[in-house]
Amino acid sequence: MKKIELKNVSKAFGQVQAVNDVSLTFEPGKIYGLLGRNGAGKSTLLNMMTGRVFPDAGTITVDGESVIENDRAMGKLYLMGERNFYPDGMRIRDAFCWAAKFYPNFDSENANHLAKKFDLNTKRKVKELSTGMSTMFRLSVALSTGAPYIFLDEPVLGLDAVHRDLFYKLLVEQFERHPACYVISTHLIEEVAGLIEEVFIIRAGELLLRESTERLLARGYTVTGPVDAVDAFVEDHPSIGEDQLGGLKSAYILGSLDMSKVPETLEVSKLNLQQLFVQLTKE
Amino acid sequence: MKINFEDERPIFLQIAEGIEDGILVGAYPEDGQIPSTTEISVTYKINPATALKGVSRLAEEGILYKRRGLGMFVAEGAIRKVKQKRKAAFVDRHVKPLTREAKRLGLTPGETAELIERSFRDEEN
Repeated sequence: MKKIELKNVSKAFGQVQAVNDVSLTFEPGKIYGLLGRNGAGKSTLLNMMTGRVFPDAGTITVDGESVIENDRAMGKLYLMGERNFYPDGMRIRDAFCWAAKFYPNFDSENANHLAKKFDLNTKRKVKELSTGMSTMFRLSVALSTGAPYIFLDEPVLGLDAVHRDLFYKLLVEQFERHPACYVISTHLIEEVAGLIEEVFIIRAGELLLRESTERLLARGYTVTGPVDAVDAFVEDHPSIGEDQLGGLKSAYILGSLDMSKVPETLEVSKLNLQQLFVQLTKE
Repeated sequence: MKINFEDERPIFLQIAEGIEDGILVGAYPEDGQIPSTTEISVTYKINPATALKGVSRLAEEGILYKRRGLGMFVAEGAIRKVKQKRKAAFVDRHVKPLTREAKRLGLTPGETAELIERSFRDEEN
């Protein structure tokens, strides 16, 4: 069975429990969203899945093999992380050649094509790139590795709206050509809401929720109306959060709703993925 | 075709309706080919599975049909089918929200009907 599987994985850094007993799977042919607030443990999870950090407890396997000290398993994984690990003085075009040594299926032609789409000069030195340009460079590598499991940690850091738009389109094109497993971790949730088939929400090192994006969105509602009416309504429909503006109250509800049983004084609207995320993960 | 992520309906339904709109206005004529799911998913930056779900829905309803190796085409009689389908959903989608707002404003059914008639006349001019 082709998949990445985490079983009861935990990791602490000193006193901080970064990841606590997380079990999950990712399969090729799907685009996943790994969402969490700052410090929720997303990067630690990604670093463990790609063998950069070892778990304290639990197992991580790729297609049935452990990722720890395993070159064959590592060759199937690519993490576009927050930092560059390229030697000083290396130029973009040399970095492409370098990547090809680690990833036998690396598509240099595609990497150059993507760099061109982003208007990147491949003669530039990697260390001299601005945040946005560094992101474009690393995306050009990530989308060309040919690896069956690709992890993108903050893939649009420093990109303007036009370049973000371009990236999402390039990602879909690449996914259509190579239906690999893509795991995207980002704070720009609404921008990827239509792209991700399944969403994982991490809170304080634990897996809070795993669901198909479509099903999750189908269950999220905002109910707005006079305070008394909303309070009465949430007695039967537990809310995940509430906001009040004078005598008007909104309750956020995750669950099924029988529209015919909603009183006329209440307005019902859908929650989008970002609103759901905020309600589920705020303090 | 227009996809609005603020829209409350699932994206695959919006894709299906976008194609229906294209059929109704003649942008996708009967027996003509519609864009591929790849084109749709790249254009709207959505998961290809979602685009496929929207297209498949219309194929199940006989509004589109598949030509092996070529892609999806608009079926004969698709315009009639789309209109039928939209009429069936007209009350829930359009009349009920209008009624609700009219009641909130204290408009009588007669006053509301008069406004609708006036709107029809304006459209004709």
